[in-house]
Amino acid sequence: MKMSVLSRLLVGALSVLVAAGALAQVKPAELKVGITTFLSGPASVFGVPAKVAAELYIEQINAAGGINGVKLVPSFIDEGVGADKLLSEYRRVVQEGGTRVMLAGISSGNCNIIAPVAEDLKVLNIMWDCGTEKVLEDKRYRYVTRTQANATTEMVASVLYLLKTRPDMKSIAVMNQDYAWGRDSWELFRNTLLALKPDVKIVAELFPKFGATDYSTEISRLQALRPEVILSTAWGGDLDTFVRQAAQRGLMKSSLFILPLAESSLERLGTTLPDGVIVGARGDHYFLHPQQKDDPKLKNFVQKFRENTGSYPIYSVYHMVQGLDGLVAGYQKAIKANKGQWPSTEQVADAMRGLEFRGLTNVVKIREDGQGLEDQLLGLTKKTPEYKFPILEKIVIYPAELITTPVGQKSPEWVKTIKPELLSNPRFKQYN
Amino acid sequence: MPQELYALAVLDGLSYAALLFLVALGMTLVFGVMNIINMAHGSFYALGGYMAATLGGWAVAQGASPAWSLLILPLAAVIVGCLFGGLMETALMRRIYDKDPILQLLVTFSAFMIFEDFQRLVWGTQPYFVSDIVNYLGTTDVFGITYTRYQLLLLPSVALVVFVALRSFLKYSSVGRQIVAVSHNREVSTAMGINVRRISLVTFVVASILGALAGALASPTVSWVPGIGAEMIVLSFAVVATAGLGQIEGALVAAILIGLARSFSVYMLPELEVLVPYLIMVLVLLFRPQGLFSVAKARRV
Amino acid sequence: MTKPKIAVIALVLLALLLPLALPWIKTPLILGTAFGIAALGISILIVSGQISFGHALFVCGSGYAVAFAARQWPDLDSVLLLALGAGVGALLGVVVGSFVVRYRGIFFGMLNLALSMVLFAALGKFFTLTGGTDGLRLERSPFFGLTMARDQYESVLLVTCVVLALLLGWLVQRYLRSVAGQALAALKSNETRLEYVGISAYQTLWIGYIMSAALCGLSGAMFAIAQGLVTPEMGYWVRSGEIVFVAILGGVGHPVGAFIGAGIFEFVKLFAAAYLTGAWQMVLGFVLIGMVFLAPRGVSALLEPRSSLPIDNEQERP
Repeated sequence: MKMSVLSRLLVGALSVLVAAGALAQVKPAELKVGITTFLSGPASVFGVPAKVAAELYIEQINAAGGINGVKLVPSFIDEGVGADKLLSEYRRVVQEGGTRVMLAGISSGNCNIIAPVAEDLKVLNIMWDCGTEKVLEDKRYRYVTRTQANATTEMVASVLYLLKTRPDMKSIAVMNQDYAWGRDSWELFRNTLLALKPDVKIVAELFPKFGATDYSTEISRLQALRPEVILSTAWGGDLDTFVRQAAQRGLMKSSLFILPLAESSLERLGTTLPDGVIVGARGDHYFLHPQQKDDPKLKNFVQKFRENTGSYPIYSVYHMVQGLDGLVAGYQKAIKANKGQWPSTEQVADAMRGLEFRGLTNVVKIREDGQGLEDQLLGLTKKTPEYKFPILEKIVIYPAELITTPVGQKSPEWVKTIKPELLSNPRFKQYN
Repeated sequence: MPQELYALAVLDGLSYAALLFLVALGMTLVFGVMNIINMAHGSFYALGGYMAATLGGWAVAQGASPAWSLLILPLAAVIVGCLFGGLMETALMRRIYDKDPILQLLVTFSAFMIFEDFQRLVWGTQPYFVSDIVNYLGTTDVFGITYTRYQLLLLPSVALVVFVALRSFLKYSSVGRQIVAVSHNREVSTAMGINVRRISLVTFVVASILGALAGALASPTVSWVPGIGAEMIVLSFAVVATAGLGQIEGALVAAILIGLARSFSVYMLPELEVLVPYLIMVLVLLFRPQGLFSVAKARRV
Repeated sequence: MTKPKIAVIALVLLALLLPLALPWIKTPLILGTAFGIAALGISILIVSGQISFGHALFVCGSGYAVAFAARQWPDLDSVLLLALGAGVGALLGVVVGSFVVRYRGIFFGMLNLALSMVLFAALGKFFTLTGGTDGLRLERSPFFGLTMARDQYESVLLVTCVVLALLLGWLVQRYLRSVAGQALAALKSNETRLEYVGISAYQTLWIGYIMSAALCGLSGAMFAIAQGLVTPEMGYWVRSGEIVFVAILGGVGHPVGAFIGAGIFEFVKLFAAAYLTGAWQMVLGFVLIGMVFLAPRGVSALLEPRSSLPIDNEQERP
């Protein structure tokens, strides 16, 4: 660096002042929280409920006094406008709006883009829904953290459930959305499956674009290839369209479908989903959670959400609540460590590490690398007269520590070391 | 690639081609008669789909049998075509016939931008999927692959019917022949006593109805979201450019060509599927820019 | 002092002083200037009567080239990256232009469109090479040899862009007043006569095309380093349309037009995002339609007293 001595002195003086300032933060009148979610396009069926959840839950938090008396004020950014416009908006909210806390986002592609920018802007960035494991594994961040699990945990759980349901499966085809999540999740699923059952044949790998509205040709191809199992980690409107078109063409009768993200589509698809489809919830998020369904916090929120929107909450709602709960818990931990004083962004970011908190379902723990540990729930669809849509039966809950990559390792490689003994681990409880 | 897969690729391609043809038809008609490329044509496609989804959804809510959709879909197209097509022609198009071609294009592009936001304002940003008619018509098995009768039979039949109807209309009806005359030479037609203003309006409305019809027919099969018009417009350019501007028979062949090329590539080279329509367009424009089917036009001095 | 010159000074002052009041506006200003430079490139072609709906090809292609370079050699200076952008744009212009400039009118427009859509589709599809629809990220490079924090970097980039805009605006004006530029205008009014005079229409348009491609390429490089991100969307046909839109809105009579147009465009987008969420396209659509009827030669033409523009040949009769 070719800075003169004078410049160096100035920078040094400035940093001392800033550091001193950081230790004595003034408690703000309100805490602005920027939230990115999908408000347009096929993914909006997934993102809009999360927005509603944020508004309801923040109202609840504020009614109880906010964080140490400081109320939260949310502002929402649409992820559906495309990555570059999203980035501009993100920067504007941070720089113009003076927002220091962001919850971003749903799309793994967007998380990959936003994480370095958040670190650069020195804002606390909580990844409340995106799943790609690469963002926290490829680089160490201070300001970026995740209040939920990642693709590894979810895909390993999905493979385990699949092999429990169909231990002698012979062939599989995948149809995922063509972007970071679709590609990364397949990589992990495939590596895990081949580590546990090396003789499985992969007959097709299809990657239609994110937001595609028509899967007819892919469905024809899948019908022609006749795989025993069809995997899709698609979600939102894309998954809805795929399932509807596949059901119209009878594809769901001829192959076993495993849809790790379909909990968010259960109500919308209703009876279009036949029985016996493997459904995951990206976490243990389900309004009929075997351990938590009578828990007052969950029950009350489900009811409130239903009254407000007419539908049951989907996992994006749970993730949003978890993100907000994580935020609040982080602030409270930092305030305690700061002897009751309002903490700086850096102090909260550091407090997020090692945090343990609870959203609406099981407790979530955040490791030192910012990655959250979240239990996984999978089940089989079953129609019942009580509800207009299938519920899940034969639910298994997988504890996170057993199926998440250890800190410092790269997931695609770690999953290859999983041993078949894991399949019969006694901690994987099934609930009928 | 095994035998059946060829047949399957052809079947997939044909239903896609049917939609492409209907959209391209409208665009090529407008160009033939008025010498303008309507960049907002894809918007009629989108609006047709939205209108069909709304009307269809309303009908189902009233308890009507899905068979009514067979009437509702064309009805939606006619409403959109007359309303928005008519509005656009009278308010905008007829005032720009004598302007610089660049300005003409920009005006239709602005109309496209307006329509894009209009869709969002009226129908919102969430996807629409009203597919009752598809489920109602059921499925057929071909070589062990299940197809919906809607995509396999209905779409190509409608496209064919429209093609034949339009051709006869242009050849045998009085209005049709006037349209052909205007497309050959506007000035001379006026001199011969043809009401060119009225003909232009009729042509534009018919073209818009065709675009909207394609959208209405497509909407039960796919998820209808904002931005679908912008995508369709480029694809219809590809068809029109390949066929040759103003060529109706050519548009049919070009649509089939592109539809088949796309579906074959999904089977053989799936990574190239999205590129295929544009590659074909580039190749045709490079080697035969006037399109594969255009007739030599005398150059007016 | 003529009105266009006043407009130039006003814009430059606005660009340099506004960030003092609103520091976050630097990035939109940089992007607006980049847009203006792309529109400047398109205006060269408009002078020749040809309209390209595919120049996003050069913006996108250069953007990705810059992204690849920045990822491969993180110490490469931003100045070099900008030069790379312009260079790649020019190179693509040479290659594509060599066959595209043989076409006229609608075929010219459509061929450009098709090529840009091929690039768009290819970039979106080949995930492992190009990052697919998520695009590619690039880190901040040193600028003029210095590693800078974000704030400083943006200020330096803004000043650089404004200086480049001034320089290029002046250069384009000189070009259009030169023989080559006049020949370009002559292409619009009567190409056959031009050939008769002994000037190759092919070469004239080719040179104009290369210049427009280089300008769009530079614009793409600016987008890339300002955002730290390139996505296939940069090559989508609607973006090409927006560039043409901005050029016509501002007017091709004077280079300042491109920047006035870009300014109006960005302002409406920002304003609409804040107050009329999502309706900015509608507002701009109406604005342009209004312009076409009331001021068909763009806003900059409103600044000129009468037809004293060297390239004004709308009223040419054959």
